[in-house]
Amino acid sequence: MTEPTDRSRSGAFAGLSRVMLIAFLRDRTALFFALLMPLMFLVLFGFLFKGATSAHVKVAQVGPVAVLDSVPPDARADLDKVLTIHQVPDEATAVKQVEKGDYDALIEQGPGGQVIVRYSAADQVKAGGVQAVVQSVVQQADQQVYQQATHQGPAYTLVTSQVEDQSLKPIQFLTPGLLGWAIATSAIFGASLSLVSWRKKRLLRRLRLAPVSIGAIVGSRVLVTTVVALAQTAIFLAVATTPTFGLELTGEWWLVIPLVLCATWAFMAIGLVTGALAKTEEAANGINQVVILPMSFLSGAFFPLDNTPSWIQQLSHVFPLRYLVTSAQSVLSRGGGLGDALPTMGGLLLFTLVVSALAWRLFDWDDA
Amino acid sequence: MTTAITADGIRKRYGDVQAVDGVSLTVRAGEFFGLLGPNGAGKTTTLEILEGIREADEGRVELLGLPPWPRNPRLLPRIGVQFQASAFFDRLTARETIRTFASFYGVGARQADGWLERVGLTDSAAVRTDKMSGGQAQRLSIACALVHDPELVFLDEPTTGLDPQARRNLWDLLRDINAEGRTVLLTTHYLDEAEVLCDRVAVMDHGKVLRTGAPAALVRDLDDTVRISVESGLLDVAAARELFTAAGAEVTAVHDDGVLLSIATRLPGPVLAVLGEQQALRGLEVRGATLEDVFLHLTGREYRA
Repeated sequence: MTEPTDRSRSGAFAGLSRVMLIAFLRDRTALFFALLMPLMFLVLFGFLFKGATSAHVKVAQVGPVAVLDSVPPDARADLDKVLTIHQVPDEATAVKQVEKGDYDALIEQGPGGQVIVRYSAADQVKAGGVQAVVQSVVQQADQQVYQQATHQGPAYTLVTSQVEDQSLKPIQFLTPGLLGWAIATSAIFGASLSLVSWRKKRLLRRLRLAPVSIGAIVGSRVLVTTVVALAQTAIFLAVATTPTFGLELTGEWWLVIPLVLCATWAFMAIGLVTGALAKTEEAANGINQVVILPMSFLSGAFFPLDNTPSWIQQLSHVFPLRYLVTSAQSVLSRGGGLGDALPTMGGLLLFTLVVSALAWRLFDWDDA
Repeated sequence: MTTAITADGIRKRYGDVQAVDGVSLTVRAGEFFGLLGPNGAGKTTTLEILEGIREADEGRVELLGLPPWPRNPRLLPRIGVQFQASAFFDRLTARETIRTFASFYGVGARQADGWLERVGLTDSAAVRTDKMSGGQAQRLSIACALVHDPELVFLDEPTTGLDPQARRNLWDLLRDINAEGRTVLLTTHYLDEAEVLCDRVAVMDHGKVLRTGAPAALVRDLDDTVRISVESGLLDVAAARELFTAAGAEVTAVHDDGVLLSIATRLPGPVLAVLGEQQALRGLEVRGATLEDVFLHLTGREYRA
């Protein structure tokens, strides 16, 4: 009873860890924001971006069109992937339907060998798509006629292949992006709200009057935040790699775990600073949102930064989330290895150190 | 004689306010000591300095022979502190809460549960702390302050907001705690509570200790009038005055309001003798000064912050 024993030291660490974990698990709102909402975003964005990649066009065919009707069955199947053709009996109805947007264009046979395409300029991309597709069909037919006439093979043939696997599929940037955002949100909020609420309720003061070391208080918070972040990572990867989402993990994907750890500590340090600055939970909420929202948008958590102005890309280097998102992308699905992850981890740890030192300076046991 | 708390000339200033202005106190081991004073008297700051939460600008403090400031991990297991606002962790039940506090001191779950039983919360052990009544929360917070069996306990307004039943039950608990040999320092706004529980009290105002002593001694020193009342109509007011004068009983006022005949005097003995001779004792009540009168006499009656 006279000296703090080893038992009381480890007991305080275990007790505080348990308290914080229970508080998190029983807090439905926290659980929702930490797990459910990011997953909902993954589902939503996953389907949203999937639709955006295909440029399927619907056309109305008026009367017989020789080029289209004479396409052989196997080529017809290929054509159907990009073009859906419906027969419309008369021109006037077809024009109206194109104007309304029911069809992207109408095709009819003109005098002589002419194929007439009439399109709406409302959707430039689709208008271009229709023209390109019909153009290539006409050219091919033309070529075949020419070849049959001259009994010669084609002089030039175009061979195409997809490069999609080398570029980013939506799920490949969505998974690390939304995971990073989820981890940042729960780590920052967890650290800052528990600090504010414990100070406001005078629990910090009560802890100060118990033989509990500051190491046990900070250590238990680190442990719980880390466990939550790892659970988020596991659930996210499990969902993203299902056939529905189709994320394929490359060789060194496990490097995402140490990356997540280092980033979590960096976010936690931010939370400790906002928690030290804010006097009430409401203020902490506001400050945290002001930090998290711009950081998420400017770090490429929701969309890739490749097409953003260069100043945004420059600015993004300030945020730890950017490094997590970029490196996680690299190791998860672009075959990145230790060489990609290590510098990021080092940087994140350095960030953690500097920001924690700032939090330490701002820290106060009491609000008075 | 061992001393639990020694404070010698402590002072604390916040900006322009001299919150504590030279407070000296000695609390003996095993004593039940009350710290009284109106709001803004400097009680809270004094308590915080004694507990070791704040550093005094001047003066010396020792708890159980050790200075509480700076934070002394060897002293902390020997003191127990209960706060005014019940400081509990979010979304925990009563049992989880006390076990958590026990873990800070390396105290096992069984001893923690024992304290829960002792404050009568075994049936509410699975209730979340935010769903508990005021009395339950207060008892839990006292149990949390005592879970590690401290020698010296600080209780800050433990009965505020409780109903009379809960208050009396808590008094029994506090008496028991003290009877087990623990030193208790209590702050309270209820002077009847201090009078019943405390061996000695200190009345504070404007950052200073105005008077220290046993409640009964402070009341006696006040030398206030005693109010004696019997049923109205037993004696005529004018006749009563004459009888008292004849008997040499000195009275300051005699008054009949139609319900009671009231007599104020510093010497109740002769007055009671006269009333006895006249067979006029029906509905007799004798009321002396209380600690509350001492308090108001010392600190005045104007409103405080």
